[in-house]
Amino acid sequence: MRADFWRKKRFVKLRGLVRRPLIFFILSLFLLFPSFFLYAQEDNQPCYGDAIIVGSIGEPITLVPILAADSASQDIVGLVFNGLLKYDKDINLVGDLAEDWEVSEDGLVITFYLRKGVKWQDGVPFTAEDVLFTYKKLVDPHTKTPYSGDFERIKKFEVIDDYTIKITYKQPFSPALASWTMPIMPSHLLKNEEDFKHFARHPVGTGPYRFIKWETGSKIVLEAYDEYFQGRPYIDRYIYYIIPDQSTLFLELKNRNLDYISLTPLQYQRQTNTEFFKKNFRKYRYLSFGYTYIGWNLNNPKFKDKRVRQAINYAIDKEEIIKGVLLGLGRVCTGPFVPNSWAYNPAVKPAEYNPEKARQLLALAGWKKKDKEGILLKGNERFEFTLLTNQGNVSRRKCAEIIQQKLREIGIKMHIKIVEWGCLLDLIERREFEAVLLGWGLSRDPDCYDIFHSSKTGPREFNFVSYKNKEVDRLLEEGRRVFSQSKRKEIYQKVHKLIYEDQPYTFLYVPDALPIIDARFRGIEPTINGIGYNFIKWWVPKDKQRFKR
Amino acid sequence: MLSYFLKRLFSLVPLLLGITFISFLIIHLAPGKPSYLKEMNPRISAEAQERLIRLYQLDKPILVQYIHWLKRVIKLDFGNSFADGRKVIVRIRERLPITLLINALSLFFILLFAFPVGIISSLKPNGVFDKCTTLFVFIGFSLPSFYLALLLMLLFGIKLGCLPISGIVSFNHSQLSSGERILDIAKHLILPVSVATFGGLAGFSRYVRANMIEVLKQDYIRTAYAQGIGRGRIVCKFALKNALLPLITILGLSVPGLLGGSVILESVFAIPGMGRLLYEATLSRDYPLIMGGVVIGAVLTLLGNLIADLCYAWADPRIRYQ
Repeated sequence: MRADFWRKKRFVKLRGLVRRPLIFFILSLFLLFPSFFLYAQEDNQPCYGDAIIVGSIGEPITLVPILAADSASQDIVGLVFNGLLKYDKDINLVGDLAEDWEVSEDGLVITFYLRKGVKWQDGVPFTAEDVLFTYKKLVDPHTKTPYSGDFERIKKFEVIDDYTIKITYKQPFSPALASWTMPIMPSHLLKNEEDFKHFARHPVGTGPYRFIKWETGSKIVLEAYDEYFQGRPYIDRYIYYIIPDQSTLFLELKNRNLDYISLTPLQYQRQTNTEFFKKNFRKYRYLSFGYTYIGWNLNNPKFKDKRVRQAINYAIDKEEIIKGVLLGLGRVCTGPFVPNSWAYNPAVKPAEYNPEKARQLLALAGWKKKDKEGILLKGNERFEFTLLTNQGNVSRRKCAEIIQQKLREIGIKMHIKIVEWGCLLDLIERREFEAVLLGWGLSRDPDCYDIFHSSKTGPREFNFVSYKNKEVDRLLEEGRRVFSQSKRKEIYQKVHKLIYEDQPYTFLYVPDALPIIDARFRGIEPTINGIGYNFIKWWVPKDKQRFKR
Repeated sequence: MLSYFLKRLFSLVPLLLGITFISFLIIHLAPGKPSYLKEMNPRISAEAQERLIRLYQLDKPILVQYIHWLKRVIKLDFGNSFADGRKVIVRIRERLPITLLINALSLFFILLFAFPVGIISSLKPNGVFDKCTTLFVFIGFSLPSFYLALLLMLLFGIKLGCLPISGIVSFNHSQLSSGERILDIAKHLILPVSVATFGGLAGFSRYVRANMIEVLKQDYIRTAYAQGIGRGRIVCKFALKNALLPLITILGLSVPGLLGGSVILESVFAIPGMGRLLYEATLSRDYPLIMGGVVIGAVLTLLGNLIADLCYAWADPRIRYQ
């Protein structure tokens, strides 16, 4: 941007020289120079200052990175801490606290070369000691962390020197790299703190923002960290307001008390197209990293038959669901990977809406006759089942209603049961369900071993539909062994195709993320990785800044 | 009187134990698991989940868990919240003042309006005033509070722009002088307190009205009229005093209500109060925090009852406890 500016100025100068007398030119240059300079600065040259006020429905539970499981906690943790690695705008892993890393030939040893000169927000230098400490805490049986799994695979953790770590795994495990996006905690502050109680509400990290205060139930305030190793963020303060009601959140935005919230599809399509919103806000829309699906209990004799699942896939019109539930703001899902993931297989085309084909497939599976009500029969058994989903999610409820009607058209009677989240998980854990309507939020790494591998069907494990396919098993294992992204891409694209073919889930849709941000913020560049990746580069022109220090 | 009071006070102990035991049982037997275990996240391995269950001591029999809990509570230690590991008492304490303030204010305004409305309506039951106020208070009673709240927010917050929409303090609260701070909080409280008051008017005004009608039919009121005593004096002195007696019980019962917040109002107005705290605790199965709320609620209900009974005896000479 700086280079552009100089080129522009030289051009002006040359033109003036040709057309105007020299004195006039010099005078005008003097007159124009400051205004040109200011103009250019306003438009292209990022400047410091101002605050961003983010509205959130949820409140963080804890700011200890290795304990933070909810998205609100991670919002804040992500600004205060850094991992060894991070995802860039194209969802490639790049160094964060690690400058570089090496994976041994056999994939067993990962060596991280840490960045030098990084300082914790209290001034103490960051070293390998901190990484070792974080690792030890993660695998300490007394730590209440949900994330120990990936780190239990480590055989040996060696600190070579202050800035080099050598980690040996029991087996090659390529998602290990992604696991090192785990934020690193300061050893010097936590060594003697038994249970993070103080730290949970007064975190100190290496990240772009320093924690200032947390007023329980209402807001969290962060401030730019001047010595951030990737350069101080432009926006001085980050204020996180907790407003647990979607309508109130929207009213506060409308009153311009908030700068950044996530819209619902209804708000995006119907309530934010006024002149007021166009003038004061910018809406963004990109595919999210998650999908909504129906999971079939494959131990249930009805759904054991692949043809039945395929028939249901043909009978459900996903486009209609997207139109009705998301008001068009989403895309049909074709498998366990979303379009923005590198593992996505574009060759897998979604099955068309074709009730006739559905009926044929059901007939092949033995569901031929119908009773008085028009419900399919196999022997004496009626095709009737209950779809479970969780309370409090309007889109899922609507979605279930559309599906209910579509299935009724081909002679399947579906009941809908909406239960509270905790109860739903209990029913799933006990496998007391026929079908569930749920969503997965995905990590950037495509490894979905825990969801689809046949060894993960035990209690508390996540292949709760009990999906078993030897070929998929083999591929998922290989995907974990291989480090090369191009090879993994091949593997996961195969997985994508096989799983869509098998239909252990009926994949429904990938919703769009719909953030809205005050128009004064510059530097926001949506990519397949959303908008948050370059937050520290967002800025506000001086004359538009609302909050002075 | 004192011995009666002490007897009642001691009888509260087994009652309280019973309440906590049954609540503890129900809460633990309800499906669902605490905090992290409720996340549907494939990164949380089965081993990690089991470890958390062990660390929360949820693998022990319920009776053992209850006794552990009881032992701590006797020392007035409610334990640590599962969600963030902070002390239950601290988490409750930081939510209490605002809830208490809003509830006390709305109770005050409810009484302020309910009394005149109830008394005047009772003078001419089914008269014009009675019918109008009945309609009005029942509109308040039946309007969903979140709907009314949103309408008021839209009107005063956005259209007129004279009142803040949500929260309890403004963005720049910390930079204000102490006088301005009080004004700032007061402004934030207008909408939530109004909505709570409007919703609660019906109950009290109808109680006052019903009691007054009952009392005004009594023989001694007729006698008073026969003696030629003025109407104003009869209503305010003879009738009202007696009509107030049953209200003591109702007021006694609203003591625990002072500390419990409304989840809906607190969510809509983004007020960090008790209602939201305990609601979220329930959803995340934060057992120690839920039990903390249960104990406080139980103690206040029992004490409220006791105090109401004592006040009753004090106010009504016909009642004497031995």
